[in-house]
Amino acid sequence: MVNLTIDGVAVSVPEGTTILEAAASANIFIPHLCYLKDLNEIAACRVCCVDVEGERALVTACNSPVVEGMVVRTNSPRARKTRRINVEMILSQHDCKCATCARSGNCRLQALANDLNILNIHYPTMLVEGERAAWTNTFPLYHDHNKCIKCMRCIQICDKVQTVNIWDVMGTGGRTRVDVSNNRMIKESDCTLCGQCITHCPVSGLRERDDTQLVLEALADPEKITVVQVAPAVRTAWGEYFGLAREEATMERMAACLKRMGFDYIFDTNFSADLTIMEEAYEFLHRFQTGDLKRWPMFTSCCPGWVRFLKGQYPELTDQLSTAKSPQQMFGSVAKSWFAQKLGVDPKKICCVSIMPCLAKKAECALPTMRTEAGPDVDIVLTTRELVRMLRSDHVEPKLLEEIPVDDPLGVHTGAGVIFGATGGVMEAALRTAVFALTGSNPDPDAFADVRTGPGLREAEYEVNGVKVRCAVVSGLGNARTLIERLKAGKAHYDFVEVMACPGGCVGGGGQPIPLEDEELYGVRGQRLYTLDKEAPLRFSHENPQVKVLYDEYLTAPNSRLAEELLHTDHQGWQMPNQIG
Amino acid sequence: MSRLSIETPGRAQTVLEELSRDMGRRISASQPGLCPVDLCLNFLRLCHAQTCGKCVPCRVGLSQLANLIEGVLNRTMTETVIDRIEETAQAILDSADCAIGYEAARMVLNSVRGFREDFEEHLLRGRCICGLSHPVPCVTTCPAHVDVPGYVALIREQRYEDAVRLIRKDNPFPSACAYVCEHPCEGKCRRRMVDDAVNICGLKRFAVDNAGEVPAPAAAEPTGKTVAVIGGGPGGMTAAYYLTLMGHKVTIYEQRPKLGGMLRYGIPDYRLPQDILDRDIAHILSTGIEVHTGVSVGKDLSMEDLQAKYDAVYISIGAHADKKLGLEGEDATNVISAVKLLRGVGEGNVPDFTGKRVCVIGGGNVSMDATRTALRLGAESVTCVYRRRVDDMTALQEEIEEAMAEGVQILPLQAPARIEADEEGKVAALWTQPQIIGPYGRDGRPRPMPAKVRQFRIPCDYVIVAIGQAIVSWHFEAIGIGTSRGAIKADAQGKVPGFDNVFAGGDAVSGPATVIRAVAAGKVAAANIDAYLGYDHKIRTDVQVPPAHFTSTPACGRVNLRNREMASCKGDFSLVKEGMTPEEALQESSRCLRCDHFGYGVFKGGRSLEW
Repeated sequence: MVNLTIDGVAVSVPEGTTILEAAASANIFIPHLCYLKDLNEIAACRVCCVDVEGERALVTACNSPVVEGMVVRTNSPRARKTRRINVEMILSQHDCKCATCARSGNCRLQALANDLNILNIHYPTMLVEGERAAWTNTFPLYHDHNKCIKCMRCIQICDKVQTVNIWDVMGTGGRTRVDVSNNRMIKESDCTLCGQCITHCPVSGLRERDDTQLVLEALADPEKITVVQVAPAVRTAWGEYFGLAREEATMERMAACLKRMGFDYIFDTNFSADLTIMEEAYEFLHRFQTGDLKRWPMFTSCCPGWVRFLKGQYPELTDQLSTAKSPQQMFGSVAKSWFAQKLGVDPKKICCVSIMPCLAKKAECALPTMRTEAGPDVDIVLTTRELVRMLRSDHVEPKLLEEIPVDDPLGVHTGAGVIFGATGGVMEAALRTAVFALTGSNPDPDAFADVRTGPGLREAEYEVNGVKVRCAVVSGLGNARTLIERLKAGKAHYDFVEVMACPGGCVGGGGQPIPLEDEELYGVRGQRLYTLDKEAPLRFSHENPQVKVLYDEYLTAPNSRLAEELLHTDHQGWQMPNQIG
Repeated sequence: MSRLSIETPGRAQTVLEELSRDMGRRISASQPGLCPVDLCLNFLRLCHAQTCGKCVPCRVGLSQLANLIEGVLNRTMTETVIDRIEETAQAILDSADCAIGYEAARMVLNSVRGFREDFEEHLLRGRCICGLSHPVPCVTTCPAHVDVPGYVALIREQRYEDAVRLIRKDNPFPSACAYVCEHPCEGKCRRRMVDDAVNICGLKRFAVDNAGEVPAPAAAEPTGKTVAVIGGGPGGMTAAYYLTLMGHKVTIYEQRPKLGGMLRYGIPDYRLPQDILDRDIAHILSTGIEVHTGVSVGKDLSMEDLQAKYDAVYISIGAHADKKLGLEGEDATNVISAVKLLRGVGEGNVPDFTGKRVCVIGGGNVSMDATRTALRLGAESVTCVYRRRVDDMTALQEEIEEAMAEGVQILPLQAPARIEADEEGKVAALWTQPQIIGPYGRDGRPRPMPAKVRQFRIPCDYVIVAIGQAIVSWHFEAIGIGTSRGAIKADAQGKVPGFDNVFAGGDAVSGPATVIRAVAAGKVAAANIDAYLGYDHKIRTDVQVPPAHFTSTPACGRVNLRNREMASCKGDFSLVKEGMTPEEALQESSRCLRCDHFGYGVFKGGRSLEW
């Protein structure tokens, strides 16, 4: 243990503890901005500078380990003044128009400046203008050079966790900025659109392309039938902004909100998650039994961030992806075929909106392979954050609304569809149905629960009807890369691999609400999904009554010709920008 | 009123003088990878601050140039701006009244012509071609990229064995380099922004002198692959060492009786004692390398055989042949090449110069080694004859000073004209043509030209020629390996074009260079040969570098190594330089600013743990 005093308080902490952590253990919270534990301990913002007796200059609390006998003052006149000046300097190069900022209210810089009672910035504003401030308006990811405070967190998360290296410090001197690495444009890069850079940005330097106006236009169009689907992970997080407990932020409450906003049909992506399981489980069994998976496994295809990663980094493995469309896209296909038929309307009249925890979904719905002559299967994708912003602008107060049931038929789901939103969930749901398909009877629904938790890369082996199935579950693209490299080196062999681009799966998605304190919430959010699964009356995708009706009435059977046409896709039908010569 | 008064500089002037000195050091410590356009703009602003304000081109023109360049960086100008910059600079160069104006304009002109593509990239795409590839100046500028801040920090903690272990991750010659490295790592040391570069080389010597035996790390699983290394100098042995650690079976073929190459046969003992060199060699060989000395490729065995017998071949021969003056009388007795002299001494074949007058021709490090060796061999006088000025000599400043201190006379601006022999055919004198230093040549150095004075006679008994070394490569050429002026052609990966399994590096490729560059080439070859053999072995160490101390130390003088007291160096080949005392080593190591941690280092690339 190391003994020191911080602001006169005696503190004793293990060796290697930083001053920041040591202070926190004594309930002294040193202001900081760029610091992100384990990922960004680079002391760039200099906000956490404290006075250490005997040192010439101030010392950064975030990355300086404690030393025996050290005397730290976090509020010495010098520390106070310096902290304030450094924050003012950051503000002088930040677009401080908080009134029109998507992050107002959960911006770390705003909170910091408010806390420090900064009422006046003593430096002229220095924003970049014209061409130097330009960014594309069509890409789902938006980078605002004038909001960016160069904390470098986006670079670190993309390098260290996702290993995609999209961001870098570009230029030197006063013109240094964060931009796409290797002098590329974002649209020509291999960005996976996982959005982790956004959820780890302390300000609004990064955000999604805002598509809420498109939704408002569709809602206002009397000719349009607006159909909305909500991804499983959204229900775990949308209530965070409104101060709703996770149990209160139900899908039914969200349905009431969406109805209030004017959507005609409120459906649930869980329905098409169940449908995905039917298609994917049967596809897997087919590929497994025909010996197609001897060298390489079948990869899940429901996460478009992962699909972008694989196609951008390992295009040669594209055919290992399940051909099943993602639940979002299956939903769109079914909504604009079977459901349109049921309504007796031209599918062109349907505007299919989805609420997703994800940015990559915005790119997925725009793929040339995800549309028919009736237009795109899914028209508009909103992130959870955009949903929250729409509810706020329509002054909807979720707490005060009565819950209403989700509409039929595309709102019916099982617990297996719910857990799609958490790492391991797709695997577990698929195994539940695969066992049924092979044996004709249901396994214990919790038989595969050990794929839910553990490190970012988990392996499991199950015996299904006397046959060994080797499975792996990964979340986070760095883990996915490790897995692929192990497969390539012949150090691992699997039959079925589930990959989610975001750590923890969709619950930790790049479109989810961003906590003001730098917490990773995918754990508690994922837990909520498993609770919903546990409480669900049906826990097997093949038992979803409306899925059964869909097959009986329309598709005939999983992997039938019509199912292939509507619910499967050709991943070779488009290319990542970096793969185009 | 008095008519005249004695002027003393004011306080502001005195401070400004200091600031100017500080800025000079600071600019020279600029790390590689900075934006050249931004630097050009700011140099220009500095120049403009020197303007007296009398003349238009300088007073107004330099401002406008700055505006135009700023417009490039801010992308507020149209495409024609770069031409406008060039025209404006030319007009200032052609019409400014004094050097303040026209030299500033020349700087801009050289910039816009020298790196126009950087200007264009900023203007058209708002980005910089440059980029910081490595944030730690000493690590970047060391050809072998040794983890300098790491080992300096270890020395500060008195962990000398760990320091040596860490150095060996990138350089298996820590001892030899501690004594004779030209330490390019110190050139851009950020400490120069404070006071002066850290004495990195001196600290390394303290580490190797104070570390006990440090055993070699265990080699990887044997791969069954074999590699032949031709030439047992620093480059060849470096490749052999790392390839052995990677699990390959390496055999070194060396033409001389002992290993070490130029370190043994080119560098005199008073700079690098043989037992110090032997420490490195013993460590390298302890990994289990097979060695055949006294074997010459092309004579005793053929290149084809090696290529057939081994999975890969690394050519790392040295530049052991001499270059001729091409002057009348060069064939006289007692005209000897410096390479031969030094090699002879290295082999224990010591000529006696007692009472003799020796002239050494050349201004490089080999020349300095030759002069000081001649003094030690008993020469009555040693004169170094050089056709340019002392300032233009390519030898390290330190070497020149030491040679002069030991009694070598340097005669600059004397171009050798002919060698006069006596009736027995022995050297009697060296005739030189005095030179005048003239305009700058293309190489950026002032050129000497014959002065309008008569030739000059320097009576002497020996002439030692130290004007460069050559590579003997005809037996490689014979099998079709490409050469250029004797140097073997190889790419940046060490691969010899047209040959699958042949690699080359070091002096054999670059021409005569430094130990650390040979080591770097050996390291590159080891990695690429490993990859060629189908592996991806990593060289790493488990040494943990201590955390940085919090805030930097105030300005403090650099500890330089002292020469030992010597009444006369005649006959004395023992080591001249004394190492640091522990007190000095502690102080000097604490001067390191830890660029691996502070600044960009903590963010990106502060430490490469493996290669």
